[in-house]
Amino acid sequence: MSKMTRKSRYSIIIHTVLILLIVVLVFPVFFAIITSTLSFQESYQYPPKLLPGNQFMNNFKEAWERINIGRLFFNSALISIVVAIVKTILALLAAFAYTHFKFRGQGFLFSLCMITQMLPLPVRIIPTYQLMAAFNWINSYYALMVPFFASTTGLLLFRQFYMTVPADLPDAARVDGASPMRYFLQILVPISKTNIAALFVIEFIFMWSQYLWPLIITTTKDMRVMQIGIKMLLASEQIAPEWNVIMAATVIAMLPPLVVLLLLRKSFVEGIAMQTAK
Amino acid sequence: MHEDKFPGHKFLPYLLIAPSIAVIFIFLIGPFGQSIYESFFVSTPFGTNTIFVGLRNYIRLFSSPDYRSSVVTTFKFSAFVIIVGLSISLAIAQLLNQKIRGVGFYQVALIWTYAISPTVAGVIWASMFAPSTGLITYIISKLTGGYMMNWMTNGQLALFIVALAATWKMLGYNIIFFLAGLQNVPGEFLEAAQIDGASSWKAFWRITFPLLSPTTSFLLFVNMLYAFFQVFGLIDIMTHGGPGNATELLVYKLYRDGFIHLNTGFASAQSFMIFFVISVVAIVQLRIVTRKAIYFR
Repeated sequence: MSKMTRKSRYSIIIHTVLILLIVVLVFPVFFAIITSTLSFQESYQYPPKLLPGNQFMNNFKEAWERINIGRLFFNSALISIVVAIVKTILALLAAFAYTHFKFRGQGFLFSLCMITQMLPLPVRIIPTYQLMAAFNWINSYYALMVPFFASTTGLLLFRQFYMTVPADLPDAARVDGASPMRYFLQILVPISKTNIAALFVIEFIFMWSQYLWPLIITTTKDMRVMQIGIKMLLASEQIAPEWNVIMAATVIAMLPPLVVLLLLRKSFVEGIAMQTAK
Repeated sequence: MHEDKFPGHKFLPYLLIAPSIAVIFIFLIGPFGQSIYESFFVSTPFGTNTIFVGLRNYIRLFSSPDYRSSVVTTFKFSAFVIIVGLSISLAIAQLLNQKIRGVGFYQVALIWTYAISPTVAGVIWASMFAPSTGLITYIISKLTGGYMMNWMTNGQLALFIVALAATWKMLGYNIIFFLAGLQNVPGEFLEAAQIDGASSWKAFWRITFPLLSPTTSFLLFVNMLYAFFQVFGLIDIMTHGGPGNATELLVYKLYRDGFIHLNTGFASAQSFMIFFVISVVAIVQLRIVTRKAIYFR
């Protein structure tokens, strides 16, 4: 009996701590949403308002006109979806090659793929920029997407999984006379669904958050992305930043990655669990 | 290793990896090599000519007080983001792993900051801490009876707030990985420890924590990359590296020297130094992971 109460007291403490943590964690976003619904005067009221106003649509319209949110949102969505898909395809193909075949130079070529991790954009940023200029790709979707196509994360994720696939699966396919590609497309890819979803979440969020590269590789208003749009709104600041307008754009900018994460949460968490199990 | 599952297809594997390898060569290894090459040159003002200067860019780098201060700032900032961020996340993940009710809800409610971009984090925190008008500034002035916190004039405070914002954004990601790692710790180990009379505190440090070290060292590496580079947007939105150069991280200095001052040789030398630091950490990380893996096999 006393053990029961001690146990339940313990769990009440845990729940309380967790709820408090969530409140602290959520507060900044809550505050951003509130601000996005206030008028300019209200957003500078003292003491600050913590209840929503009714100005969201006005702020949103204002932000839309100033930075052309429609176009920027489209650009961000396009590059995030395309890069996530291409990265997934390249990683699937490479993982298939590395786990199902033996070929000369395999180890060397694999370490070459691993090197990607050691070469994030800043360690090669100037020549990559020059390369884009040489290709005439500045201010193009190519420049925003193509340099991101290599993915170590994806290769590792699928490789780890394919190494656990029982050997009779490809054997049976071979005996049935299926070609390697047919086996890959009809058996391997379908059973990789969870990992594909997990990788899509990771790469979508990664691309949606890009800032430095779009900042230097695009200069025209039409080719900017949402993240840069926020900077443009902040920079157009007069004496006092119009936080209400800025936050309306910010709320829009944070929605897509959140939706992707929440929709694919189950697969995403499972994919990561598979990755850390070993 | 594994065997060849489809013997007789000599050409196919090369075809399968060709796209990845092509991207890596054209956009990663090529430019990286070019970057090292360019670090030995300076270009004349309009970029019309380049002059070989040997190690002069590196010498200039090491003797520059600005660069040294940027190194110190970067290490302070990353140390905060890594140590504070990982400790809090591990504690939260451990709480979540207590077989409590509503884990699904808590999981969602705690991991979503992963989807927030550094830029968005930056703009929200900048507004909360806005000098004289921000909400937190207001609360602090109420609590202290009138102290007006202004991070736009106080360098150390600016660095602290920027680091807080960066840490907040990364909590979700760290919690996901720690929770996954914790769930893979075999329950029998902990039960055995309990039967032996070990306190749960002791059991955590003696059993859970060592078993978690592959996850921890992976997160160390990822968080370092995050604190070194991905926070660029957060810095650019919140402080532009200021006040003075109090929040000028290495990546921000690199951007300024390379793309604002157009000092390509000097910036390339900085790129190489960043690469050097990453490789050292990566090698150390790899060592830890492999050693532990052998230890627990």
